[in-house]
Amino acid sequence: MEALLKLTWTEAKLFLREPQAFFFTLFFPLVLLFVYGGINGNAPKSMYGGFGTVDVSVPSYTAMIIATSGLISIPVIIATYRESGVLRRFMATPLAPMTLLAADVFVIFVMTTMGMLLLIVSARIVFGLRFTGNILSLALAFSLSCLSFFSLGFVLSGLIRTARTAQIVGMTLFFPMIMLSGAAIPLETMPESIRVYSNFLPLTYVVKFLKGLWFGGTWAEHGTEVLVLAGLFVLGLAVTAKAFRWD
Amino acid sequence: MGSDGGGTAAIQVTGFRKNYGSYAAVKGISFSVFRGEIFGLVGPNGAGKTTAIECLEGLRHPDGGTIRVLGLDPWESRRKLHARIGVQLQESAIAQQIKVREVLDLYRSFYSRTLDPDILMEQLGLEPLRDTRFQHLSGGQKQRLFIALALIHDPELLLLDELTTGLDPQGRRMIWERIQDLNRQGKTIVLTTHFMEEAERLCDRVLILDRGEILALDRPEILISGLSADHVVKVTIKGEFRLEWFEALPSVDKAEALKDRVTVSGRSDKLIPDVVGLLIEKKLRFYDLYTRQPNLEDVFLHLTGRQIRT
Repeated sequence: MEALLKLTWTEAKLFLREPQAFFFTLFFPLVLLFVYGGINGNAPKSMYGGFGTVDVSVPSYTAMIIATSGLISIPVIIATYRESGVLRRFMATPLAPMTLLAADVFVIFVMTTMGMLLLIVSARIVFGLRFTGNILSLALAFSLSCLSFFSLGFVLSGLIRTARTAQIVGMTLFFPMIMLSGAAIPLETMPESIRVYSNFLPLTYVVKFLKGLWFGGTWAEHGTEVLVLAGLFVLGLAVTAKAFRWD
Repeated sequence: MGSDGGGTAAIQVTGFRKNYGSYAAVKGISFSVFRGEIFGLVGPNGAGKTTAIECLEGLRHPDGGTIRVLGLDPWESRRKLHARIGVQLQESAIAQQIKVREVLDLYRSFYSRTLDPDILMEQLGLEPLRDTRFQHLSGGQKQRLFIALALIHDPELLLLDELTTGLDPQGRRMIWERIQDLNRQGKTIVLTTHFMEEAERLCDRVLILDRGEILALDRPEILISGLSADHVVKVTIKGEFRLEWFEALPSVDKAEALKDRVTVSGRSDKLIPDVVGLLIEKKLRFYDLYTRQPNLEDVFLHLTGRQIRT
């Protein structure tokens, strides 16, 4: 237990010392918020059902942070540890390997949550963010989305050998996905021809789910999203159990 | 107890094999390491040293034979064993951004009983680096930190893989002194090295491994004297001397002179003191004294017909 706490605390410090992880998880979403919020303001628009640009952006940007954690942070951290021999060194101690993974998942979950909270607090103060949903439902939806994308991250970690490749693969998946799923740019503003593709991206379901609950939707109303994300989580776990390697 | 005659065995290996695909890295070797000794696994790169030590550490699964480390099967009882052994891995690292003091604190939390990290840092000269991040440490500093990590839980047995590779001579000597200190405190130490000088200086016994097979296993001085290779002294003498004086020494087999440069050789290890004694006794003025004694490199050359470094 002491090992888990110490490891978690250490991993959290190490996370914050990596400028890139820090930037994409905590800073980049804020930049988007202030740029787009600054341009569009948060006045109610009929396109968004009477809500403003910032109102619909905050759940979408939250989805983007989840994608960062799953597609970039997890594969890069694990590939770096494996490639440089950090995992091998841990393997030569009585530490159970699962403890390390548990600490990493927990730290990344906390950082993802921090990214979301920073967004919410800033948007509330600067743009008068509106929220009409149920906090508990939203928190659970956020957690399911994290589990789903984190498991995707572990699948990538199992396939990718080096930190450099993890970086490149992560970015290659990340940018098109945030562009086409409604995470960075609202799908409402895109032509139908592009929206068709969004159905094939797992992040689209996170965006729909979080946005839906943000404005008062329920889990029951989002059966498709719940099914897709839960399915992805289970599939990811199964692949990880088979393909994940320590060295 | 004492089945090997020389005290209790910390490690017992019988018929141990390891293959990588069709390549046989270790070909059925047997040996014991006694408690309290410094035991060297030596040989050129690719000899199977790292494979062997990693199987002892429980990090790799042997393909055949039995291995017992502190009475445990290293693969089956890995975590139990890891609480009692300290290791230094050849290809390992710690997170680039972690500070020296932080990594020691972190590793402390993995064990139930540990040493005081402040004292450990002091002993290994890491105290001034306590807030330095791993990525900013020099090769020697990293190596000392790895040794600190191997020692943090005060293990009975240390398994060290190529611990001075990449260090300058001064750094190497500092590490050697630490290893000897630890051994005096009663720790059993197994190390791999391709530096024959290191093996000769440090080890009570060396196992010479080549292409996965044991070529020799004994005390370094016995291996060397078993060679009956020549000791050589070369010296330049100022003033009158006679070659017969040297030839008359019992330890000298051959003496020749080229102008004022004398070269004598012989198989006895008394050659060097005999020659120096003679120079002093005859009150000869001499300079450029050069001596060469057979060493473990010669043992390896003799056994394989190859230089160890090639």
